[in-house]
Amino acid sequence: MLVFIGLGLHGEGISLRGLREAREADAIYAELYTSMLPKLRLNELEQTIGKPIKVVDRETVEQRPDEILRAAKASKVAFLVPGDPMVATTHVDLRLRATRAGIETKIVHAASIASAAAGLTGLQSYKFGRSATVPFPDNPSRVPYETLVENRERGLHTLLLLDIRAEEGRAMLASEAIEIMLELEKKLQKNVFTPDTLAVVVARAGSDDSIVKADKVGELQKLDFGSPPHVLIVPGKLHFVEAEALRAFAGAPEDVIK
Amino acid sequence: MRRYKHLGDVTKIMWTPELIRNIGIVAHVDHGKTTLTDSLVAASGIISFELAGEQLFTDFLEIEQQRGITVQTAAVSLAHIFEGKEHLINLLDTPGHVDFSGDVTRALRAIDGVIVVMDAVEGVMPQTETVLHQALRERARPVLFINKVDRLISELKLTPEGMQARFIKLITKFNQLIRRYAPPDLADKWQVSVEVGSVAFGSAKDKWALSVPQMKAKNISFKDIITAYQTGNQAELAKRSPLFEVVLDMVIRHLPNPKVAQASRIPIIWKGDMESGLGKDMLSCNQEGKVCMVVTDIIVDEQAGVISTGRVFSGTLEKGKAVRLVSAGQDARIQQVGVYMGPDRVMVDRVPAGNIAAIIGMKGAYVGETFVESGVESRGFEEMRYISEPVVTVAVEPKNFQELPRLINQLKKISREDPNIHIKINEETGEYLVSGMGEVHLEIVEYKLKESGLEVKTSEPIVVYREALLGRAEHVEGKSPNKHNRFLIAVEPIDPEVIKAIEEGKVAQKQERKERANVLRELGWETHAARNVVSIIGTNILVDASKGVQYMREVEDYAIDAFEQVVEEGPLMREPMRGLKVLIDDASLHEDSVHRGPAQIIPAVRRPIQAGILLANPTVLEPRLKLEVRVPQEFMGGATKVIQGRRGRIVTMESEEDIAIIKASLPVANSFGLAAEMRSETEGRAIWGTEFEKFERLPKELQEQVIRDARKRKGLKPEPPKPEDFMEK
Ligand SMILES: Nc1nc2c(ncn2[C@@H]2O[C@H](COP(=O)(O)OP(=O)(O)O)[C@@H](O)[C@H]2O)c(=O)[nH]1
Ligand SMILES: [Mg+2]
Repeated sequence: MLVFIGLGLHGEGISLRGLREAREADAIYAELYTSMLPKLRLNELEQTIGKPIKVVDRETVEQRPDEILRAAKASKVAFLVPGDPMVATTHVDLRLRATRAGIETKIVHAASIASAAAGLTGLQSYKFGRSATVPFPDNPSRVPYETLVENRERGLHTLLLLDIRAEEGRAMLASEAIEIMLELEKKLQKNVFTPDTLAVVVARAGSDDSIVKADKVGELQKLDFGSPPHVLIVPGKLHFVEAEALRAFAGAPEDVIK
Repeated sequence: MRRYKHLGDVTKIMWTPELIRNIGIVAHVDHGKTTLTDSLVAASGIISFELAGEQLFTDFLEIEQQRGITVQTAAVSLAHIFEGKEHLINLLDTPGHVDFSGDVTRALRAIDGVIVVMDAVEGVMPQTETVLHQALRERARPVLFINKVDRLISELKLTPEGMQARFIKLITKFNQLIRRYAPPDLADKWQVSVEVGSVAFGSAKDKWALSVPQMKAKNISFKDIITAYQTGNQAELAKRSPLFEVVLDMVIRHLPNPKVAQASRIPIIWKGDMESGLGKDMLSCNQEGKVCMVVTDIIVDEQAGVISTGRVFSGTLEKGKAVRLVSAGQDARIQQVGVYMGPDRVMVDRVPAGNIAAIIGMKGAYVGETFVESGVESRGFEEMRYISEPVVTVAVEPKNFQELPRLINQLKKISREDPNIHIKINEETGEYLVSGMGEVHLEIVEYKLKESGLEVKTSEPIVVYREALLGRAEHVEGKSPNKHNRFLIAVEPIDPEVIKAIEEGKVAQKQERKERANVLRELGWETHAARNVVSIIGTNILVDASKGVQYMREVEDYAIDAFEQVVEEGPLMREPMRGLKVLIDDASLHEDSVHRGPAQIIPAVRRPIQAGILLANPTVLEPRLKLEVRVPQEFMGGATKVIQGRRGRIVTMESEEDIAIIKASLPVANSFGLAAEMRSETEGRAIWGTEFEKFERLPKELQEQVIRDARKRKGLKPEPPKPEDFMEK
């Protein structure tokens, strides 16, 4: 049996059920490359669970998961994943492989940035359109901009995740993402991301020192949001309750939100 | 010093295109190019008259003198008075040995005409044909200088009639070659003829020359020439009819000036819009126009840095002018400009269109680079074509391991100066592999390394094979490691006609898409594939044949990287591929680019290409040489024995008087040490020339061993991989 267990957004984000499943497992693996978990201390988690955790890298999970699968065939294996396990799409493949090999699978959910972003900003989750990731400039893409264009046309909010390369110790900051999006605006000129556009930065969602700040892009660009992870939200059409929430929870200036 | 007075003249003439000729001297090795160049240079007052002939002037490198062959192309500017007017002749001395034919091709870009030097005794030799072919293809007009006429007298003891008959034979042969290789519109016009004086003959060593019009004007007959030699009066001949005068007169009269030449050559070497500003500037050799210069030679000088020599096609080079390095995509400012005086570069303020110039300190420049004035649309320069690809490799390592960084630097410098030298590191064994066009070419590299004070060990030369495929494989699937991206790939061999078109530059990476599609369609390609070529590397083509795949654009570069990796190192033995066509038939890609970065896409494309090749009946090609041997009949047996003992095939055997002419085909693998064996088997009486012939399938019985040897040498397990090794489980 292979149990995917979400670690949520924080060092203490694992659920009680997740903790129990992990304790019952014969072997515990964890991947930490798809996201950054602030305040995660592996040894504390090992103590809480009472078992050693084997951290595996991307290559092992994607190309050589045989060891994990073999163990899961013979016994119960827990696979710890930051956030909500299947929201980082990369793990569907592992689950499919397990199923193909006749291994039973189970998921223990936890908070994901997708729900946290809505929660923290007060924007309504059903009004979010497709989300996209802003990649580092060495792997450029128009997709985040095009996604924004589509969502804006339909009045929907857009969640922009920022590229994380945990293997290289790099995570994109909101200011970099803003710069990249402004460059795309210059190139594609659909007038959806300018210095005057209202946006929200969420930094370290899920931890006690999280920051949520709404303002014009030009203003946000000047601010320092501290260490990653950051995400960027571009609101679509605002319901008056959402507008009030942005003022109340995200410090949006009066004149920016009418 | 005289040189500086001379420079004053040059800088004046530089501004009048009608008074300029940009020419090269080409020949089969040892037919007398360098000797001729020296005489011409001497006569124009740069080095003393007496010295020429002994001091081989353009052979700067010590090694050239040791070997007596010219290695690098050097530019020389000469002044010559013709019909009362001083003219400027920019001369590029080009190497004749086949191993350097890349240099010849490069030099030809900068010049409008060539003097073909031919040894009166040896006649047309393989490289005479090659260099003439190259010149004609680049639309450089030829004149003929028949050299070593003294040998006809002293060795062959020819009568005046015999001499005349011999000339007619040589000229007829030469004109046949022009007819064969010249662009059709010029084949007639460019025939050389004794009557009009586009042929001269003489002795570069004894510094005299004549042409038929000159014989009439000076009242000198064939009999007089023979008598002069018989009585030891050849110096008299040199006074009455000096070599430089006859040859340079011929050059000025029969070879086009830059204005005339550019009007007809630009459309051949530039594919841009002739109606555009730059097009018009170049066609008219406009000195006031926008700058455009094509780099034909790079030298990295310890002190001066990178020196780019080339032809200015339009505008005026000037310190401070901003230019764009078209291929490198860089912007730079001209720091210093110079012109050539013999082997020296002399700094000048400005060099206008129509001249050969040097730019000093342009860091990003490579041979073949085009400098265009900033802000000017500059697409359309055809890539330079080289007749042969590297076929021999040696592994080089420093005797003292600590010198490795220096070795690397030095190798980089050499490969930058000579783009036909390829440097690669073998990741498995850590060796530095230097590839070139032949044994001699690589010996020169070794020499240059030693000269720079490095002690190196080199391996025996190793043949560079090619990998190819005979069959086709379809629907080979490749997935990215994260399994979110999928490609369907087909591989197949490229038709010989298409390979030929690539080698001739008719199909090229840097070509307007529509035009390339038209050529490919004419060659039998299906429209969709012809339109969607995304990369051409060597003789290999990548086609994106997919339709409407979302985000394909964003991963195209990674697909090209994958293609390039396989093309450089084929799956059988990691030798370069030849004639591989890859079609991306379909793909499905993750929407989010972070899940389809290079680490995901490159293997997803590379692996199915590798698997496909292995499924499509892969094979090994070996390079072969064309060999032509001239040997007295009595030693013919010795020569044929050498050829046959080396897996050679005799193609034709003819005789000319008591000389046998053997034409043969010889594998490069069996050509090492040919010189020594040929000499001993024929008591040194054979004259021969080799040049690259073609790639040919290695005989089946040799394949397995060649693959195993190559793999072992590269630190791989001896058995080649199986298709399954690259397929998804
Ligand atoms: N007899 C004779 N020998 C010549 C003549 N011109 C050049 N040579 C010799 O031919 C050899 C090759 O000459 P070189 O100029 O280096 O030829 P390259 O390889 O074409 O540059 C040298 O030994 C020259 O001295 C000539 O007119 N007559
Ligand atoms: Mg020479």
